[in-house]
Amino acid sequence: MELFDSFILISLVKAAVIFGVLMTTLAYLQWVERKVIAHIQVRPGPYRVGPHGLLQPLADVIKLITKEDLVPPYVNKPLYLAAPFLAVTMALLSISVIPFGPVIHIGPVTTAMQMTDLNIGVLFILAVSSMGVYGIALAGWASNNKYSLIGGLRSSAQMISYELPMSLAIAAPLLISNTLSLRELVERQAGSILNWNILSGPFPQVISFIIFIIAAFAETNRVPFDLPEAENELVAGFHTEYSSMKFASFFMAEYANMITVSAMATLLFLGGWMAPWPAEYGSSLVPSILFGIAGLVLLYHGANATRKRDKLTFPAFGIIFLGIAGIFLLPVVQSWLLPLFWFCAKTGAILFAFMWIRGTLPRFRYDQLMGFTWKFLFPVAMLNLLVTSFLVAWTTK
Amino acid sequence: MDVILFLTFAVIAVVCAINVVVQTHPISSALSLVGVMGSLAVLYLLLGAEFIAAAQVIVYAGAVMVLFVFVIMLLNAGAETSKGRSYLIPGAPLLIVFLGLVAFFVQRIFPSSTMVRFGGFTGGGPRDIGNALFTTYLLPFEVTSLLILIAIVGAIVLARKEIE
Repeated sequence: MELFDSFILISLVKAAVIFGVLMTTLAYLQWVERKVIAHIQVRPGPYRVGPHGLLQPLADVIKLITKEDLVPPYVNKPLYLAAPFLAVTMALLSISVIPFGPVIHIGPVTTAMQMTDLNIGVLFILAVSSMGVYGIALAGWASNNKYSLIGGLRSSAQMISYELPMSLAIAAPLLISNTLSLRELVERQAGSILNWNILSGPFPQVISFIIFIIAAFAETNRVPFDLPEAENELVAGFHTEYSSMKFASFFMAEYANMITVSAMATLLFLGGWMAPWPAEYGSSLVPSILFGIAGLVLLYHGANATRKRDKLTFPAFGIIFLGIAGIFLLPVVQSWLLPLFWFCAKTGAILFAFMWIRGTLPRFRYDQLMGFTWKFLFPVAMLNLLVTSFLVAWTTK
Repeated sequence: MDVILFLTFAVIAVVCAINVVVQTHPISSALSLVGVMGSLAVLYLLLGAEFIAAAQVIVYAGAVMVLFVFVIMLLNAGAETSKGRSYLIPGAPLLIVFLGLVAFFVQRIFPSSTMVRFGGFTGGGPRDIGNALFTTYLLPFEVTSLLILIAIVGAIVLARKEIE
């Protein structure tokens, strides 16, 4: 009974920590995205609320909660209310099987840095993400609005179509790793960058990585595949009739899905939380060096600040960054902080690519979108899977 | 614990199944069917068949039913109105009698030692399923895939517009 209790306690603590971190990340991802796109378009982005707009997410949350929650009179009420709930639940559910670090020991407790390790983890994520279509499709239909309906239809057609190349692209690295558990998948890519699925194996999975990323953009309805919410054609697409927290739920779902697919790409192709080269060649010093440089640069700019408030904020952040650099050098926390750093760095890099592309590319035309997946992505993914499976069968005795 | 979960999801499955027939609007019926698929997946999971459970959700709830819902939305089908007299009054007792007979015969024919035990079934993982499909059941598996291929080709031929 004691074992059972401690299991429940640990799971609750882990769930609370993951949920808290995830919610904060979701809010700040929005700030990062606005900043990145603003800088691509040579403007400062959010700047007024807090230093460099850092408190903007908080203001947004307060705004969204206190806004009037309007339900139009002509909607199908049960489905209209259920749709945003469904979308956000399915988006958050898949995070529960994503591992972001190895098994760690904190005092008497030994636990994995993951909510739960399923031996069908990859399939679970595919299943949950395929259920996420309902949220968007039903929102479009239940709103009883032409724009919403077209947005919902576009979205479901797009998600069904891109799920095929995505599944095929996922299958190829699974053949090499020979497991469906996300934890084992990462553990088989240990060592160095040469063991990651994108470079290793009988057939390096560069092609399936690219296909996976393209399909991931389409699955999350992001630019250049954001036709479900093309604002110049459809007002706001499937969430036209939603306001307040219900609108925010769709927003959260989109960002949570982005995090999930980025984490999936990291786990499947980029070696999860493994460092790119072994620790004896200094990979454990990388975070300290990066944060140290960032801290020193901020201190330098703080000393030569042109604006008054930068004299205060730059040195403050510089000292915080130097402190983080110091924490990464402590041997006590290194065992779990370093894997976490590499996982977040890789996932963050992919998330940055999401934003970069949103700031760069125009939108597809709908027939191009469908032709691209069925006539190009799907055959290429199929061929890649075929070559991979032949080579895997040939090299394993 | 297993029994509580089984009863919960069995009840959900049955209620959803009844709802499929009772609802007048096609979207509500389709969504109830999704509910049936989902609870069936949980029942598979309870029996230890993880792969089947995942496949059930991915294929039926995630792909087939999304297409159903998609088509219903595309055709903008409205709520059905009932035509003629209802068969509920003679139907319900007959249904109950039929279910009772089935339960009785199942109880009689299969001795209690062959009954399903929760968690007693192993070998529902992807590895075991793959092994079974590509060794013991290779021929039926390949024949089925050929059959599906023929069906796909047939569907395309039927759906294609004739070019004069």
